[in-house]
Amino acid sequence: MIRLNGRAVTDPERAQEHERAVPGIDLGETVAETHPAGARTVTSREAVFKLEDVTVSYGGKPAVAEVSMDIYRNAITAIIGPSGCGKSTLIRCLNRMNDLIPSATVDGRVLYHEQDIYDEQVDPVEVRKRIGMVFQKPNPFPKSIYDNIAFGPRILGMDGNMDEIVENALHGAALWDEVKDRLDANAFGMSGGQQQRLCIARALAVNPDVILMDEPCSALDPISTGKIEDLMLELKEGYSIVIVTHNMQQAARVSDLTAFLIVKLDAEERHRQGRLVEYDATETIFTNPSDQRTEDYVTGKVG
Amino acid sequence: MSSAAEAAAAGAVRTSFKSGRSTRIWELAFKGCLASCILVSLLVLVVLLEQIVNDGIGSLSLGFLTDTPSRIDPASSGIGPALTGTLWLMLVCTVFIIPVGVATAVYLEEYADSDRWFNRVIEVNIQNLAAVPSIVYGVLGLAFLVRGPLSMGHVLLAGGLTLGLLVLPVLIVAGREAIRAVPPSIREGSMALGATRWQTVWKQVLPASLPGIATGAILSLSRAIGETAPLIVIGAAAFATSSPTGIFDDVTALPIQIFSWISDPQPEFKSLAAAGIIVLMVILLAMNAVAIWLRNRYERKW
Repeated sequence: MIRLNGRAVTDPERAQEHERAVPGIDLGETVAETHPAGARTVTSREAVFKLEDVTVSYGGKPAVAEVSMDIYRNAITAIIGPSGCGKSTLIRCLNRMNDLIPSATVDGRVLYHEQDIYDEQVDPVEVRKRIGMVFQKPNPFPKSIYDNIAFGPRILGMDGNMDEIVENALHGAALWDEVKDRLDANAFGMSGGQQQRLCIARALAVNPDVILMDEPCSALDPISTGKIEDLMLELKEGYSIVIVTHNMQQAARVSDLTAFLIVKLDAEERHRQGRLVEYDATETIFTNPSDQRTEDYVTGKVG
Repeated sequence: MSSAAEAAAAGAVRTSFKSGRSTRIWELAFKGCLASCILVSLLVLVVLLEQIVNDGIGSLSLGFLTDTPSRIDPASSGIGPALTGTLWLMLVCTVFIIPVGVATAVYLEEYADSDRWFNRVIEVNIQNLAAVPSIVYGVLGLAFLVRGPLSMGHVLLAGGLTLGLLVLPVLIVAGREAIRAVPPSIREGSMALGATRWQTVWKQVLPASLPGIATGAILSLSRAIGETAPLIVIGAAAFATSSPTGIFDDVTALPIQIFSWISDPQPEFKSLAAAGIIVLMVILLAMNAVAIWLRNRYERKW
């Protein structure tokens, strides 16, 4: 990390060159030309999100700056990078969770199916109904397993048989067989991995279009992590998934596309902010990245 | 390594291990000091209780709980009207403080932006109000409820509201703590599903903080039940001859009755006062026991 910063400061020409390259990256072509295999894993070229020059600031200080990238339908997009590079900040601006922090502001445009979700007319509650989220630490509600799932459909006034909705959501999160006999038990009695899958089931129950996952496995053991990764691969058939992860192997295992962010000092060298360095098919990022900083990070030289 | 060096090292270890013993003595001395402090306060309580039980146990009977007080005959005197009055006061108080107190706590914790000056003024004021002497609330009740704008007269409703105002800050502080104890991740999880802030508060935060709020409410009421000064100021009846039957009857309460018996020069009435205190203490202990039970039963480790 220090080396990265050092280079960015001492070699401004080179840093600038990278930044120029990043916003202009044309992912579709790059993937198709250089890595046909990578292109196959991306099942659809339809963009769910288009980020245009997105900067998220806390109290006027940018935490992550000038990010432009497209996020594709039915694909798993991973966001990786060292601590403090604004991965979580970036993912939380995709469903306006940053609104809950009074000092947070978003500049640039976040287009969801061509609609800017930060438009004044847009109700953040409507945004969150379509774009679900799973958090770093499992956060089940202090209620029964059944009520955890049913909470979302109930408040949204969804039609249909609630028992069916709950069962389908639990099947969707590969949890039904483990909990079908104890739906009335408190969710706090489940293991951490089960709790996290419950949180995924809870998000599925309201039929979202996109699922955002903010380091969903960082509090889990390898077996639970494996279950959640398998689940993500299944879910991507029906949903678009964005995952923030510290674990590079995880990004390599599950994601179709990977965005790499770094921490960089701003022009006055006072504040640290995250910058998008490279965004490409996961295979390209891990085997043949075009930026030296990406290579250093994914090969474990820094970070 | 030479054996001399080894011996030196062993010596150093021995010395440092032994120097731990003097620290241990201080630790024990400090513990003893703390324990004796607890002992002193417990002892005072035991002596007081012993005296009151000795004085009052003879006058306690089922009739004592229901009889009306008499100026002439201590034997047939009872706390009937005072006890009923106290129960009515608690009812008025509960109905008043729970909605107002919980709403204030929710506003301050969930909605208020603490950077705004008026929210900070409210916060500081609530803390100050908790420290205002109770007699000042009595004057407030007298000026605004009994006379003045509302002119209710010295009725139970005025008494209950005055006591409510007095303990409202206690409930607000307890309610805020209970609400703050609900981790932000629960709110995030709820909002991320498309719940509005109101749905999040109503369906997640309040149910999760209910045990804490209930405990706070009981503790607030147990403070209100013993208050005497504000009720005297608003004109509570020291000798109610009949039990109140509604909130517009004359205000009367257990502590007022006790106070009036204590001021009586005849020793028989003093023993009635002791019996009244026993009843009040039993009610108080029962309320606190319920509060503790609630807290232990529903306390949640997040």
